[in-house]
Amino acid sequence: MPKPAVGIKRVARAKTRGGAIEPVPLTLTVNGKAYSITVEPRLLLVELLREQLDLTGTHVGCDTTYCGACTVLMNGKTVKSCTVFAVQAEGAEIMTVEGLAKNGELTAIQQAFGESYGLQCGYCTPGLMMCTYQLLSSNPQPNDSQIRKAIAGNTCRCTGYQNIFKAIELAALKARGA
Amino acid sequence: MFPPAFNYHRAKSLKEAASMLAQAGQEAKLLAGGQSLIPLMKLRFASPKHLVDLNFIPRLSYIKKYKDELHFGALTRHSEIENSATAAAVPILHDCAAGIADVQIRNRGTLGGSLAEADPSGDWAVVLSTLETSLSCVGQKGERRIPLHDFITDAYTTVLAPDEVVREISVKIPPQGSGGAYLAFKRAAPVYPTASVAVQVTLEGDVCQEVAIRMGCVGLTPIRASQAEGVLRGASLGEKAIEIAAEAARSEADPQPDMRGSAEYKRMLVGVLMKRATYAAVRRARGERVDVSHLYA
Ligand SMILES: Cc1cc2nc3c(=O)[nH]c(=O)nc-3n(C[C@H](O)[C@H](O)[C@H](O)COP(=O)(O)OP(=O)(O)OC[C@H]3O[C@@H](n4cnc5c(N)ncnc54)[C@H](O)[C@@H]3O)c2cc1C
Ligand code: FES
Ligand code: FES
Repeated sequence: MPKPAVGIKRVARAKTRGGAIEPVPLTLTVNGKAYSITVEPRLLLVELLREQLDLTGTHVGCDTTYCGACTVLMNGKTVKSCTVFAVQAEGAEIMTVEGLAKNGELTAIQQAFGESYGLQCGYCTPGLMMCTYQLLSSNPQPNDSQIRKAIAGNTCRCTGYQNIFKAIELAALKARGA
Repeated sequence: MFPPAFNYHRAKSLKEAASMLAQAGQEAKLLAGGQSLIPLMKLRFASPKHLVDLNFIPRLSYIKKYKDELHFGALTRHSEIENSATAAAVPILHDCAAGIADVQIRNRGTLGGSLAEADPSGDWAVVLSTLETSLSCVGQKGERRIPLHDFITDAYTTVLAPDEVVREISVKIPPQGSGGAYLAFKRAAPVYPTASVAVQVTLEGDVCQEVAIRMGCVGLTPIRASQAEGVLRGASLGEKAIEIAAEAARSEADPQPDMRGSAEYKRMLVGVLMKRATYAAVRRARGERVDVSHLYA
């Protein structure tokens, strides 16, 4: 079980004009692990992941729904977790970058980003890998424009995108076993 | 950035959502995809005391063909429309859905939320007002069907009563010989367009029988290019007529200068977009398959 204490302390402090806020019970799965906790309604999904579940692989870049560093999968679809309330993930399956590797083995996507130099500082990388994951699960052989569209919501300040593009092409090849 | 604190209500039905809204009064708001509301709350442009979440209401997300209409549940996500074979019957809907922001925002944002938000730069209102569109809305007193052209009255303003929820959006499928296209100019994917134009034409031979042109981001609500429509209606749609119509559309736009560009710049864009959208619409009206994609800076 995670440490719900932080959330409960926040709940105790949160007030609106005109009354205390009701904390909300929340049951969800993150990277295959079930959690049952209580959260303040305004808690953002990214804060739940990073601050309460200690899953700091998901990053906050802009906090304005622009950069995509906070991208996670919610029921198999990418979302910007800085723009989803944690309470909206009730019953959902969340997958973060920590959920990619299996038993310490990097998956094709992670290997491809490394081998293609698809990252420099790495800040944008978790979000880009989650976008790659959604792309390849629905389209194992994406063409150039499909790859570009799939990462249009992700900002990288380092690479100039070309190596990210190559990494996704390579990930697709590897995932197909080609 | 923490949004301001609020009480959270998870509606199980539309009726329950309407009564929750009525109970909480002016301080309550609905929460659909949250892709407009959550950013606004972070910036304190909105500070609702209560949020009524629509996401757990069953059967509020669907795309169905019914006679000569397409019906969309209010909670249908942009990405569901983008990938729907049913919605593909009206290609302009794909132009619109696929061009909104980015994959992540399209996975979350909803058609109902977009129309209810009535953002002057929002794509759906521009596109759907070139078609016959109406919204079925449920309140405590019952349901009513509101034509889209009566629904949005001003920037960020609709005729919805405080306890009303959009349930369904109905779009009439254009007849044979009709084609539409939607084009926007954008600085990047995850931002609203700088300017956009939707065109729907119905041809008989080369002659334009009917035409609807709406411009986005260049007024408080989608702007109808009536003079441009007048130029094209009854004309044969060659280069000359389209050029004159584009000139008319440019003068009918009412853009405000902002960080996306000057008023003059947006007027120029509107003219170019109108021409390109018209050419694509005409080809589609002739039955050609045409891929349309927004222009990015
Ligand atoms: C970075 C960014 C870029 C974007 N780019 C674009 C773009 O290029 N083009 C574009 O069109 N949009 C864009 N959007 C907005 C996006 O499309 C939103 O999804 C949409 O405007 C609102 O839909 P939502 O479901 O997220 O609504 P919410 O944010 O949940 O709600 C918006 C408003 O509508 C009300 N509401 C929601 N559902 C209903 C309903 N069923 N009945 C009555 N009222 C309702 C809510 O109370 C709220 O006031 C962008 C958003 C972001 C954050
Ligand atoms: S941190 Fe969420 S989009 Fe940038
Ligand atoms: S690697 Fe540094 S932001 Fe992308």
